[in-house]
Amino acid sequence: MTDWIDIGTLADIPQRGARTVRIAGQKEIAVFRTGDDHVFALVNECPHKKGPLSQGIVHGHSVACPLHNWNIALKTGEAQGNDEGCTPTVAVKQEGGRILIARPASLKAAA
Amino acid sequence: MDFQNNGPEMASEEQRFAPSQDVREHLVVVGNGMAGCRAVEELLARDKDRYRVTIFGAEPYVNYNRIMLSPVLAGEKSFDDIIINGRDWYKDNGIELIAGDPVTAIDRAARTVTSQSGRTVGYDKLLIATGSDPFIIPVPGKDLPGVISFRDMKDVDTMLAAAEAGKALGGGNAVVIGGGLLGLEAAHGLTLRGMKVTVIHLMDTLMERQLDEAAGWLLKSALEGRGQTILTGANTAEIYGDGKVEGVRLKDGREIPASLVVMAVGIRPSTALAREAGLEVNRGIKVDDHMVTSDPDVLAVGECVEHDGNVYGLVAPLWDMCRSLADGLTDRHSGYRGSVTSTKLKVAGLDVFSAGDFSGGEGCEDIVLRDASRGVYKRVVVRDDRIVGAVLYGDTADGGWYFDLLKREEDVSEIRDLLIFGQAFASGGGALDPKAAVAALSDDAEICGCNGVAKGQVVACIEKGACSLDAVRATCKASASCGSCTGLVENLLSVVLGEDVQSGPKTLCKCTSFTHDDVRREIVAQNMRSIPEVMQLLHWSTPDGCSSCRPALNYYLLCALPGEYQDDQQSRFVNERMHANIQKDGTYSVVPRMWGGLTNPRELRAIADVVEKYNAPMVKVTGGQRLDIFGIRKEDLPAVWADLNAAGMVSGHAYGKSLRTVKTCVGSEWCRFGTQDSTGLGVKIERMTWGSWMPHKFKIAASGCPRNCAEATIKDFGVVCVDSGYELHVGGNGGIHVRATDLLCKVSTEQEALDYCAAFIQLYREEARYLERTAPWIERVGVDYVKRRIVEDEAGREALRSRFLYSQSFSQEDPWAQRAAGADSELHQHLEPPMPFGAIAAE
Ligand SMILES: Cc1cc2nc3c(=O)[nH]c(=O)nc-3n(C[C@H](O)[C@H](O)[C@H](O)COP(=O)(O)OP(=O)(O)OC[C@H]3O[C@@H](n4cnc5c(N)ncnc54)[C@H](O)[C@@H]3O)c2cc1C
Ligand code: SF4
Ligand code: FES
Repeated sequence: MTDWIDIGTLADIPQRGARTVRIAGQKEIAVFRTGDDHVFALVNECPHKKGPLSQGIVHGHSVACPLHNWNIALKTGEAQGNDEGCTPTVAVKQEGGRILIARPASLKAAA
Repeated sequence: MDFQNNGPEMASEEQRFAPSQDVREHLVVVGNGMAGCRAVEELLARDKDRYRVTIFGAEPYVNYNRIMLSPVLAGEKSFDDIIINGRDWYKDNGIELIAGDPVTAIDRAARTVTSQSGRTVGYDKLLIATGSDPFIIPVPGKDLPGVISFRDMKDVDTMLAAAEAGKALGGGNAVVIGGGLLGLEAAHGLTLRGMKVTVIHLMDTLMERQLDEAAGWLLKSALEGRGQTILTGANTAEIYGDGKVEGVRLKDGREIPASLVVMAVGIRPSTALAREAGLEVNRGIKVDDHMVTSDPDVLAVGECVEHDGNVYGLVAPLWDMCRSLADGLTDRHSGYRGSVTSTKLKVAGLDVFSAGDFSGGEGCEDIVLRDASRGVYKRVVVRDDRIVGAVLYGDTADGGWYFDLLKREEDVSEIRDLLIFGQAFASGGGALDPKAAVAALSDDAEICGCNGVAKGQVVACIEKGACSLDAVRATCKASASCGSCTGLVENLLSVVLGEDVQSGPKTLCKCTSFTHDDVRREIVAQNMRSIPEVMQLLHWSTPDGCSSCRPALNYYLLCALPGEYQDDQQSRFVNERMHANIQKDGTYSVVPRMWGGLTNPRELRAIADVVEKYNAPMVKVTGGQRLDIFGIRKEDLPAVWADLNAAGMVSGHAYGKSLRTVKTCVGSEWCRFGTQDSTGLGVKIERMTWGSWMPHKFKIAASGCPRNCAEATIKDFGVVCVDSGYELHVGGNGGIHVRATDLLCKVSTEQEALDYCAAFIQLYREEARYLERTAPWIERVGVDYVKRRIVEDEAGREALRSRFLYSQSFSQEDPWAQRAAGADSELHQHLEPPMPFGAIAAE
C-alpha cells in the first residue's frame, strides 16, 4: 500500500522545468514537468556531486545537471552516456488534475 | 422535420403502440445518444425478442451521430445526413422513444424512473447512458445569453443563428474558449460561417493532450493562416456584457469583443442522476467488465462511466463497451478490457492524427520526420520493438496502419528503419536498403527540391571532386537550403565514392545535421520566430531538442528578433534563469552591478545589510571589481534583490552569457600617469552595454594609460587611453588559454570609442557561434575580417552600432526588479504539499 501526498497541480510547475518539495526529515525532492506534460520526481541531487537537478535544463525525459551537465534520465534517475550513477526516484502520479507523490517509506512509521 | 417534434405530449401518444401487456423484461434506457442506442442495437442483434425497450432522451430528436455536429456546423452536412436511427428503427423494433423529456430521478427500491414531465416508468433492467456534461469554467458572466458549449444540436443552432446575425452586421465576432479537439472544430465551423474567430487556450500549445509541441505549433500556424486568432497561454478572467455577451476579458487585461462565446474546455461524465440514486460513482459511474454498476439491475455505458479507473471521451471505446454489455444482458460472457484510443481532427485540409502514448522517454526511441516543404511532421514512438504512440501532422494516411500495429503490439524491429516513411515504403518488399533505393533512382530524379538539383547533377559534382557533404553543398547547392535532402545526398556520396562519407563540419548538436552557422543563417533568411518553428523547418530529429541546442536557439532568435522574440526561460541555463550564480553546494551568489567599479556608502551599506540579514557566509571582491555575496538560498533570492534594488542597485549579470563587468583604473582623475578619464569612460561603456545577451560571457576594461592597470588587453573589448586618444583592443581573454588582444584601431574621441565598442559587440553577437568567446571567434574569422567590418566599412559600422542600440532598448531591463516585484516568484518557492503528511488516496 502506498500513501500518496498531494503536492499541487501541473500548472504549478513550468513546462520543461521543475519545482522542489520538502518533507521533514527527507532529502529535498525535485518534481519535473516535461515538454509533453509528464511528471517525474527524483531526489534533488545529482549522482555526480549533488547538483540540484531541479535547476537543470529539461529535454525529452532527461535533465541536464546545472553543475557539470551530466544527463540524468528522469524515469530511472540513472546517469546517461558514459557517466555512471543513479539518483533515487520517487513514485509520482497524476490524478484528477493533481500531482501526487508517494510518501517516502521511512515516514510511514512516523506518521 | 418530423422526427423533431417530440414534446412529452406526443411521446405519450406513442405509448399506445408500446405493448403494455408485454410480459418480457423491461429495459429502460436513460439517454438517447451514441452509446444508449448502440447498446440497444447490439442487444437486438443478439436477441431481438428478449427485452421490451423504452428509451428516454433529453433532446427532442431521434438518435444522431454527435461527432458529425462539427461537419453540420461547418456546412458540410445537414442534420438529416447525421441521423443514425430514424423513427422507423424505433417503430420496427417496438422501441418506445420518449424524447425531449429527461429523466429526473431513479428509485432503485421501487425500480422506477421519473421524468421531468412527471411520468413514472417501471424497469427490470435500467441502462444509464447520459454521456457527459460540458465543463463550464466558473468565471463571471458565464451565464450570460450568448455563452454556450458545443455538445448538441441546440448548440449548433445557436451558433448558426449568431453567425447569421453577424452577417447582417458585416461579420460577427466569436470567441472559442479551449483549443482542444472540440474547440478547434467549433472555431473552424464558425470561421466558415463568416465569423471572426479568436481561440483562447490556457496551455502553451493547442491540443496538448493529443499532440506534442511540434505538431501543436504547426496546427497553430495553419489556423492563423486561415485567419483565426489563436491566443495560447491565455487565461480567461471574465465574460462581460450588459444583458448579453459583449466580449471576453483575459487575466492580463486584454479584451476581445464577441457576440458569441463557445466554451469547449472539457467534459465531465454526467453522473448526477446516478449519484442521487445512490450508485457508486467516482469520476464516472463505476462499472464492471459487463457495464454493471454497483446495483446488479442497473447498467451504465458510454462517457458517463468509469471502467477500471478510466473514463473515455471518444466513441471507439463505446462500441467495445456496448458489445460487452449486450453480451452480459444475453448471458454471454466476453467482458470489456478497456480501450486504446486514437484521435483525428475533423477540420478540412488539416490532417492531424494522434494515438497512444507519444511522450517518449526512457527506453523509448523517438523516430521523427520533419518535412518542412510539405508541411509534414511525423513522430512514432517505439518501445521494446513495439509502437507505443504516434503523432502525425500534414500526412495522416498511415495513421490507421500505425494504430493497428500499436493495438496489435506487433514487433516492428524488421521494418524499424523505414517505419517513419509509412506503410507503402516499409512493406515495399526486398529493397529495404536506402542506399540501394538511391542508387536505383533515375538521373533526372530530383534530389534537392529547394534548389532544383537532380540526381545526375549531384553525381557529376561528386565525380568532379566534391567528396563531402559540405563540398556538395558549396558546388551544386544540393542540401544547402532547408537540408531535408541531406540524407539522400549522403547516401549518394557513399554510393558514388563507395565508402562512408567524410563527415562535414560539426553540427550544432546531435539533434540536427546543421551547423551553428547554417542555423543562424536560416533563422534570418526564413524569418523564423520561435524554437518549434526552427525545429520544424530545419528538420530537428528530436521532439524538443537538448540542453545544447535549446539555449543556442533561444539566443539566436533573441539576437535576430530584438523586442519581438519571446524569451524561453526553460531553454536557459540555471544562472540566467535564476539571475544569480549557482555554486557547488546549490546555493547562489549575487553580484550587484557597480558601474565602472564605483560604489558609495549607501550601496555598501545595502550590501552589508543583505549579508547580515540573509546570513551570507562570505563576501568577496571579484576579478571584475565587484562585490560577490555568497551562499544565498534559492528561496531568498527575490528578497535579496528587492533589498538591493531599494538601494538603487541592479543585476550584475555576473552569471549569464552577457556583458559581465567593465573594469577600470582610476585614470586622469586621480592617477598621476592618467591621460584620460578611464573611470568615466568605463561607466559610460557599462551604461551602454549592460543587459545585452551574448554568445558567451563578455568582459570589458578601460585603462587610463599604457601601464594598463585594468588589464584591458586580456578582455573581450579593451580600451587603453593614450595621450592622443584611445586604443581599442579586441579578442583577449584570461581563461584556460590566455590570449592577449589584437589591436583593432586607434580613435581620437570618447564617443568614437563607444561607437566602435557597440559595433564590435554587435558583430560578435550576430556572427559568433553560441558558447564561442571572442578569442576563438577572432582566431577563426581573422582579425583582418573584423577590421574590415568595423574600421574600414564606415556605413557597416554605423549599421551595426544602431542595431546594437536598438536591441539594447529592449534588453536593459533589470531582471531583479521584475523578479522582486513578483514575476515568477513561485519558481523560487518549494511546492507546498497541502496536506503535509496526510495520505489523500490509498492504494
Ligand atoms: C461536436 C462533437 C464532436 C465530436 N467529435 C468526435 C470525434 O471526432 N471522434 C470521437 O471519437 N468522438 C467525438 N466526439 C465525442 C463523442 O460524440 C462522444 O464520445 C459520444 O457521443 C459519447 O456517447 P454517449 O452516448 O456516452 O453520450 P452522448 O452521445 O452525449 O449521449 C448522451 C445522451 O443522453 C442524454 N441525456 C443526458 N441526461 C439525460 C437524462 N437525465 N434523461 C434523458 N436523457 C439524458 C443527452 O441529452 C444525450 O443525448 C465529439 C463530440 C462532440 C460534441
Ligand atoms: S593605467 Fe595608467 S592611469 Fe590607470 S591607474 Fe594605471 S597608471 Fe594610472
Ligand atoms: S553535480 Fe551534476 S553533473 Fe556534476
